[in-house]
Amino acid sequence: MEIVYAVVIGILAGSGVWLILRPRTFQVLLGLMLLSYAVNLFIFGMGRLVLHKAPVIAGSGPVDPAMYADPVPQALVLTAIVIGFATTALFLVVLIALRGLTGTDHVDGQEPAE
Amino acid sequence: MNAILQHLVVLPIIVPLLCAAGMLFLPERRRAARVTLVLASAFIQLLIAIALLYLTSDAARFIWPEGVGVYAIGNWDAPYGIVLVVDRLSAVMLTLVAIVGFTTLIYAVARWDRPGQPFHSVFQLIMMGLNGAFLTGDLFNLFVFFEVLLAASYGLVLRGAGAVRTRNGMHYIAVNLVASLLFLIGVALIYGIAGTLNMADLAGRAATLSGEDRALFDAGVAILGVAFLVKAGSWPLNFWLPGAYSIAHAPVGAIFALMTKVGLYSILRVGTILGEDETLAAALLYLGLATLITGTIAILAAKHLARLVSFSVLVSMGILLAAFGLRIEALTGAIIFYMIVSVLTTSTFFMLTGMTDRTRIADPMVMPEDNPTAGSPVYMGYGVRQPSVYHDDGEVGIAIPAVMAFLGLMFVCCTLLVVGLPPMPGFVAKFALLSGALREVPDGPAAASWMFSATVLLSGLASLIALSRIGMRLFWSVAARETPRLRILEAAPVAALVVLCLTLGVAAGPVARYLDATARSLHQPDTYVRAVLAARSHDHEERP
Repeated sequence: MEIVYAVVIGILAGSGVWLILRPRTFQVLLGLMLLSYAVNLFIFGMGRLVLHKAPVIAGSGPVDPAMYADPVPQALVLTAIVIGFATTALFLVVLIALRGLTGTDHVDGQEPAE
Repeated sequence: MNAILQHLVVLPIIVPLLCAAGMLFLPERRRAARVTLVLASAFIQLLIAIALLYLTSDAARFIWPEGVGVYAIGNWDAPYGIVLVVDRLSAVMLTLVAIVGFTTLIYAVARWDRPGQPFHSVFQLIMMGLNGAFLTGDLFNLFVFFEVLLAASYGLVLRGAGAVRTRNGMHYIAVNLVASLLFLIGVALIYGIAGTLNMADLAGRAATLSGEDRALFDAGVAILGVAFLVKAGSWPLNFWLPGAYSIAHAPVGAIFALMTKVGLYSILRVGTILGEDETLAAALLYLGLATLITGTIAILAAKHLARLVSFSVLVSMGILLAAFGLRIEALTGAIIFYMIVSVLTTSTFFMLTGMTDRTRIADPMVMPEDNPTAGSPVYMGYGVRQPSVYHDDGEVGIAIPAVMAFLGLMFVCCTLLVVGLPPMPGFVAKFALLSGALREVPDGPAAASWMFSATVLLSGLASLIALSRIGMRLFWSVAARETPRLRILEAAPVAALVVLCLTLGVAAGPVARYLDATARSLHQPDTYVRAVLAARSHDHEERP
């Protein structure tokens, strides 16, 4: 499972970096999104991959931490998703504004000279 | 009494947050109420910051005996809950935010906060983000406050719209989004290895790591460092900075002067708590020197004042990073002093550019999108007329006499500050940096110190040349100039900041002593760590 997980993160991050380096604004946006997916999965993985265990500790009395998944990375991922969602939306607005102002979707606001 | 004073720590975050939220309920037409509210909020923050400055100093030992105040949010115990920590460095930075924020707001009220796009609420949020970043004792919380201040800065940098501004703003947003992702990767790696994100707790755990864990941990810290360096505007990660800063409106540029310093503060804080590595410090030295050199060359090439000031931000960041990279502990006090001076200088200068831009009838550098007749889709979308900052439309304050003399005097003062000539504190700060770098080594200064000193002096000379050239063109060229009307509200903050700088220069002795004590406490993180981790037991004792 770890191998599959790592490969998925690698593919997402690689595609994201490639797209960010492209000249069209929409490609950059998609690249940022893919990269943030990769980072979110990475944060999640940093809490170690465990199966069939709840992330919260219920009840009172002594508990065995081995019975539970680490809840902190899940909380971090949640925060990162919310922040990433908001900034992506903002970027989308700026992208459309730039398209409207310059008439091109090149990141520099003008087509490169031939 | 102490129980109430404890809560002062969280107020620099809560006050601007509430004020920003309050803006939602005040429509644009109730301008007086809005302006009163934001000015009151900034003034309260200033008072709180000064109170914290006093409470963390040696003079007041009754509340925090070691000068480190810890505030556990929700009263959750230290390594598990999120803590806010105020020590001398945090208090100094909070005061700086409050001073710059307050003066900038007064300046902005004169003409820059016209309706159409929210200015005041976003401005309060950026102050909240800055305050939070300087207060937090938790790495992930630092990320959150970084995002708060960055999100607010995205809104501010896009103010005024126009194609060039939108394009540069988009570059700025894209670079900072990638930097934020790097920040997250670093934080996740550190958590995965050390199992904690509390900075004080990390200090203890990092020392026990070895082998593979240590290598991964160092990698995490290095990635985090790259994210900080992007914010700090270090070469080669700083090409977004001049573009974004020089197109921002004057008051926005003034508050942005603080944002690069957040990166430097994080490097100082995390670096001293985790015990910075020698190779990383060497990297900082060379990155700082490269920033300094490229910034100096760019200053010589700059044609427009706002761009020149943006490049001077790079120069000051280069000096600061390189000085930190020298790894001389006695230098840290001077670094903080120079950081304070450079923030005040840059803010003043950005405000000044907003006024000098109006002195010329045909300023080639006034960007076409500031033309009030060109409609912009953003404004049309909101159904409002695009406000022009260059158009005299409102009547706030009265015009002051001898405008050109005033502008010229302020320009000379700012030049002296940037270049570092007496009697301005820029001179004292640079002198302290150079003497510290050249003196503190037992067997004579190292080659790095000589390199550093030579570059700093050369960059000062280059700034002097470039600023004299621009000054002559702005004030002495007879062609194409009209005397602008200035409002007291605009002139007063600039004059106040210059006077504050002069005071800093005259009272350099006590300030330097205080900052040296700050630096000493920074280099003894044990006190900080102990205070944060002891907050728990202390708290339980107080409970009945």
